[in-house]
Amino acid sequence: MDVTFSLGLQDISAIMPELAMISVGLLLLMLDLVVKRKEIIAIIGVAGALVALYGTVSVYGMSESQTVFADMFLLDKYSCFFKIIFYLNVIFTICISFKYMAIEKAAFGEYYALLLFATAGMMIMASAADLMILYLGLELMALSTYILAGLLRKQARSNEAAVKYFFLGAFSSAFLLYGIALTYGMTGTTNITDIATSLFTLGIHDSPVMYLGVIFMIVAFGFKVALVPFHMWAPDVYEGAPTSITAFMSVGPKAAGFAVLGRVLFEAFGSMQPQWSAVLVPLAILTMVVGSVIALAQSNIKRMLAYSSIAHAGYMLLGIIAGTPEGLTSTINYLMIYTFMNIGAFTIVIMLRREGFQGENIEDYMGLAKSHPMASALMLIFMFSLTGIPPTAGFIGKFYVFMEAINAGYTYLAIIAALFSVVSAFFYLRIVVYMYMKEPQNEIVLTTSGPAGIVLAITCLAVLIIGIFPSILLSLANFSILG
Amino acid sequence: MSTAQFFFGYFAVMLTGLSVLVVTRKDPIHSVLWMLVLFVHIAGLYLFLNAEFLAAVQIIVYAGAILVLFLFVIMLLNLRNEERVKKFQTQWPLGAGAGALLAIFLCLIVGKVIVLAPLGRYSEDAVNGDGNLMAIGKILYTEYLFPFEVASLVLLVAIIGAVVLAKRRLE
Repeated sequence: MDVTFSLGLQDISAIMPELAMISVGLLLLMLDLVVKRKEIIAIIGVAGALVALYGTVSVYGMSESQTVFADMFLLDKYSCFFKIIFYLNVIFTICISFKYMAIEKAAFGEYYALLLFATAGMMIMASAADLMILYLGLELMALSTYILAGLLRKQARSNEAAVKYFFLGAFSSAFLLYGIALTYGMTGTTNITDIATSLFTLGIHDSPVMYLGVIFMIVAFGFKVALVPFHMWAPDVYEGAPTSITAFMSVGPKAAGFAVLGRVLFEAFGSMQPQWSAVLVPLAILTMVVGSVIALAQSNIKRMLAYSSIAHAGYMLLGIIAGTPEGLTSTINYLMIYTFMNIGAFTIVIMLRREGFQGENIEDYMGLAKSHPMASALMLIFMFSLTGIPPTAGFIGKFYVFMEAINAGYTYLAIIAALFSVVSAFFYLRIVVYMYMKEPQNEIVLTTSGPAGIVLAITCLAVLIIGIFPSILLSLANFSILG
Repeated sequence: MSTAQFFFGYFAVMLTGLSVLVVTRKDPIHSVLWMLVLFVHIAGLYLFLNAEFLAAVQIIVYAGAILVLFLFVIMLLNLRNEERVKKFQTQWPLGAGAGALLAIFLCLIVGKVIVLAPLGRYSEDAVNGDGNLMAIGKILYTEYLFPFEVASLVLLVAIIGAVVLAKRRLE
């Protein structure tokens, strides 16, 4: 038997950003033993993510995609776009973390290392050219997030979050593996492009077994992006996990889930588009309906944002259902916008937490505008954006996915989505009403910090700039899919 | 029915039955012991596929190391209280029903229309030419180098997680 692969320089250079992420993560583990000030560890973590960001941006303009490590790892514009979302996510999370984790008395160095490892897992998922590596990246991401969710060991709800997330995550992994096994059995390969070729040459794209394989994979990815009915874990986990990790989880794993959903469905099973679109349509409707309606009844803001993130997954799915490259473009455009507005909103939520005060009830926002006009104005912008009111970025994101759904002939889906966007206005704008039109109930002192201020400035500016000049982001998304 | 089909049928039925036993026993020690039998049968299935190395690893690592660890953990924890709690919640028939439906569905579909994929590069002859261990070693450190390294990272994260969650003293 001949060996067909030997490690070369191009293999190493293609995974530079991942290597940077992982080696900084390992470095942080070592430094944690000698460095007493956790701020230094956090700053080194941010620096590592910035180095990886530089690495990704410098290859973004490449003319053609590159597969390395014996067709295991794929470096292309699509994965680069997602990696930028992951970097933003991890940098923002670290910035809003260290004051908060100190208040929670859980300022561990390992926390930052695990954040970087989870991000490396997401990056590997986005770049996976083989289902095997996709699965390993997913497990790396998932395992790190389970631990992060349970970091507040003394709190029962944090333990509950970790255990629930772990069990349901393991269950969904089993679905993914079953789907991969069925696909492998039928096509004889786990390579994503080879699956597409095999489907064509063997003429099995309408085989029920393949159909089942695709459904199992959709179930597994549905768990990660929290589609209804695979969303059961999300509210409890989002509520129980440390708030900074909730912010991290509501963006990172969701974006990674959409990255692999887009990659597997469009590249491996592109010839089965009518079949998988038919599976995704009811999921999208259920996700939008359940997410928006149940969010109305929440009194805890973390739970409310959990249901809101479920509803947003439903809107994002519209672009994938459309099944066109333009549809996928609108989905990744939405994901980037969602990153900014969601992390912005969580930054305000985290600022309400202080020593001896949770600040997670929606009532805590009553009269916030009187004592903290600046924070209230920012929260107002994020809530408007999450609802999808112009001129914020949220409007642009929704506008393009709805438009692509209509272009692909799913007008009824776009109508349902628009209707439930209106429903979602009730719970987003309730926060605004509480802040501006109610009398304060108890005195709110915000926990401010420089890095959190920077995060607020960046996210708020991004939400407004993308809202007014949408072409900046849209052309980037277009370039990543088509260019 | 050929001998091969007979053996495969035996392993398939036993694996399913043993899995059910593992989850339904009241005493956790019994569950773990049934799991031991389960692992041995999985090793048998590997042998059946001409994967001697995997079969040996299955016995040594799973039946040997992991299972002993399970037993230790169960004996260290005081599970007497757990045994008094009902093992299944009231909605278990619903879950069992859904599972049975899926099983019937799978049998109907997969049994009827399965198409055998073209054989891969690592056919029986190719593997036997080098020997099982050599064949695995060769591809593990060449073609599968990247997954292999990522897997090592997954294990590292698991270790860090165990230390962070169990050992770290909270202020």
